[in-house]
Amino acid sequence: MIRVLEAPFDPAEALARFIADAGHGAVVSFVGIVRGDGGVETLTLDHYPGFTEPGLAQMVDAMIARHGLTAASVIHRFGTMRPGEPIMFAATAAPHRRAALLALDELLDRLKTEAPFWKKERRDGRDHWLEASGADRTDAARWVTIDG
Amino acid sequence: MRLLMFGRLSHLAIDSCDVPPSIADSAGLRAHLGEQWPELNDPKVKMAVNRTLVHGIVPIGADDEIAFLPPMSGG
Repeated sequence: MIRVLEAPFDPAEALARFIADAGHGAVVSFVGIVRGDGGVETLTLDHYPGFTEPGLAQMVDAMIARHGLTAASVIHRFGTMRPGEPIMFAATAAPHRRAALLALDELLDRLKTEAPFWKKERRDGRDHWLEASGADRTDAARWVTIDG
Repeated sequence: MRLLMFGRLSHLAIDSCDVPPSIADSAGLRAHLGEQWPELNDPKVKMAVNRTLVHGIVPIGADDEIAFLPPMSGG
């Protein structure tokens, strides 16, 4: 399930709902929280309605197929957030833990580089647009190598 | 035609009135708008037509939604 929303969400509630639907075996989840390092005052995400959601759904579907998951979910916020606010929830479920762990690791690497969002940080009262970091690209490239 | 700009391009005030009817494909549109807004010539800026990423050159018309997408930051 994919949700792209502007309003704050409760990760605990998201996890509870995911577990209720996930089936038996293993559930692994991740919560991303806006960082305040480097003097970040706010983080704003721009998205393209009708383009961003299918892009995320494609990533989730690929993970379900590739890792044999029983379920996978991404909740992602857009708009303006402050440090400390949850920005993303991702979860995977599989009959056994290894597949769920591996799938979530790959899903997060792909989300960090390929998710159709545009981010800007406000620091010292000025906006700075960001691109995916070199470290994130290196992380994502691990999976391309495995793809062969 | 509906023109949409995202990320660092979102400040560009480009209206469909800026597009002459003779423009018939994605490459022509980019070249035309790029004369006035050179940021659009950056090969890292991708285009989407009706919410589908453009690979190569695709035809465009008056009813299409065209988006200019700078490199995505990821989630």
